[in-house]
Amino acid sequence: MKSRLRFTLQLSFTLIVCLFMIVPVAMSVLAGLTENYFVGLQSGLTLRWVNEVWELYSDTIWLSIKLALACLLITTLIGVPAAYGLLRSRRRWANAIEELLLLPVAVPGLATALALLLAYGSYREFRGSWLFILIGHVLFTLPFMVRAVLSVMQTAKLPQLEEAAASLGASFRQRFFSVVIPNCMSGILAGALMVITLSIGEFNITWMLHTPLTKTLPVGLADSYASMRLEIGSAYTLIFLVMVVPLLVAIQWAGRLTEQRR
Amino acid sequence: MSSSVSITLTHCSRTFAGGHMALQPLDLKVNAGETLVLLGPSGCGKTTTLRIISGLESPDKGGQVQFGQRDVTTLPIEKRDVGMVFQNYALFPNMSVADNIAYGLKLQRLSRFEITQRRDEAMRMVDLQGFGERRIDALSGGQKQRVALARAIAVRPKVLLFDEPLAALDAKLRDRLRIEIGQLLRELGTTAVYVTHDQDEAMALGDRIAVMQAGRIAQLGTPQEIYHQPANAFVADFIGAVNCLSVIATKPDGQLAVHGGELSAPHLLGATEIYCRPEDIQVVPLNQADIKGQVVQSVFLGQTQRLLVDAGGTVPLQIEAPSRQRWPNGTAIGLALPFNVLFHPDKPTTTINTKEMANG
Repeated sequence: MKSRLRFTLQLSFTLIVCLFMIVPVAMSVLAGLTENYFVGLQSGLTLRWVNEVWELYSDTIWLSIKLALACLLITTLIGVPAAYGLLRSRRRWANAIEELLLLPVAVPGLATALALLLAYGSYREFRGSWLFILIGHVLFTLPFMVRAVLSVMQTAKLPQLEEAAASLGASFRQRFFSVVIPNCMSGILAGALMVITLSIGEFNITWMLHTPLTKTLPVGLADSYASMRLEIGSAYTLIFLVMVVPLLVAIQWAGRLTEQRR
Repeated sequence: MSSSVSITLTHCSRTFAGGHMALQPLDLKVNAGETLVLLGPSGCGKTTTLRIISGLESPDKGGQVQFGQRDVTTLPIEKRDVGMVFQNYALFPNMSVADNIAYGLKLQRLSRFEITQRRDEAMRMVDLQGFGERRIDALSGGQKQRVALARAIAVRPKVLLFDEPLAALDAKLRDRLRIEIGQLLRELGTTAVYVTHDQDEAMALGDRIAVMQAGRIAQLGTPQEIYHQPANAFVADFIGAVNCLSVIATKPDGQLAVHGGELSAPHLLGATEIYCRPEDIQVVPLNQADIKGQVVQSVFLGQTQRLLVDAGGTVPLQIEAPSRQRWPNGTAIGLALPFNVLFHPDKPTTTINTKEMANG
């Protein structure tokens, strides 16, 4: 009996905490689907606001996707070799570099953005293009790729596998592509999902670096909250959730895949 | 089968960062088709020697590695045409068993038909038929090492290198794989270098054994030579158990007085210590004994038992006795040590010495 009571209490506490966090999200989503939020649900459900957001802000969504994919490409091309280099280099150096890599994560995004503006702001063409924002995103997300790949590399016993491959006649290139890359694929996957999610949701750096022509999704979101009807902002949130939630689920899944490999 | 080559190491040493010299300058020749075992405790330089032969490490300046007449000192491992088997298998977890074995063949750009043929042949040789589609993590330790073996022999290397391949396996499996590796090596006739710290493995597999100690070769010889004529006390002790009897005095009649009795060993006159193997000591009636003592402990080993006999020395003597006989602690026991089983690796035999000892 006693344990039953305790179970009931625990369950209700958990549910209350969940509600506390989920209700605002649900309300927001609902607001984006309601005809008139101030009248309430009886005004009826509609996709009108979602449509309106799409018309007003679809270019921010496309830009965000383009940025995320470009960012993924660059962080993979730089991050995987970088992680491999850290793995093979001497311990003291590797530790120092790993910490340096974390700097862009620790430093406030606004400061990173300001530094970028100071350094490259005078190149007008570059300043106005989406590539400028891309630099900021790469700086911010690269450490996550390197860390994810490095942690898998460290458990994969790569040095031994490479020695075995070399003994069978594989050159460095052949070893890298047939042994190193396939055996840290789960780390690359986990890193990739992380990079995409972070890039799509990044606000601080982007907000400083954007121009009226290079707005990303989160920047557009802030814009709509500030200047549009509440329903439009909420509908925008809904679109953002639809894009990001599957990615978060995939990150979980990739993480479990990595653990199984160990 | 490709004709086998000899391996010659000339003046190969290896100094690691920090100045530690893992390998003293070493000259070693492995004959074509021979299996040479590098045997020794951890840190003796055996693995370093193997890695220098393989090309995974380079000797210090001045060292030279030759395969046959060819100088391969500066060639990296991938150009040396070796097959290597590692202690921890080092199989590629991203590939199936068949793909692991075919890996080296694909790198040689052989025709698809030949790859399949040689892969299957290698799998047959290590008794792995039907395992081709298995994932690596679905194999037992013994199966993994068979895959590693097949992968190494499939490329038909000039030289086969083994780095403690059985150390991670349990005793029974180890014995079985040891026999199979021995058969395989005889069948292939490839020059092989085999590193181990296990003396049984070394004696079963080696045409010759190099016992290594502190970065040097302490003795190089056939298993029989190493066991019966060890070059020094370290080798005697490392290969099998050995008793060491201190000579207390040399009698005028040439008998050597030791704790518990006297020994007749004309070939060892002047030695201060005498060695003999536990299995060479016979248990005899007390009135025929060279040495008398008391059983202090008997350790049952299954096929034999090991008696520890206190004959007055600092360390009890070890004796191998039939396993069915009972020897309660405290039993008085007589031991016979025929002169031909007594040896001393580095005895300083000089006539002057003998005289001095005989007089004093």
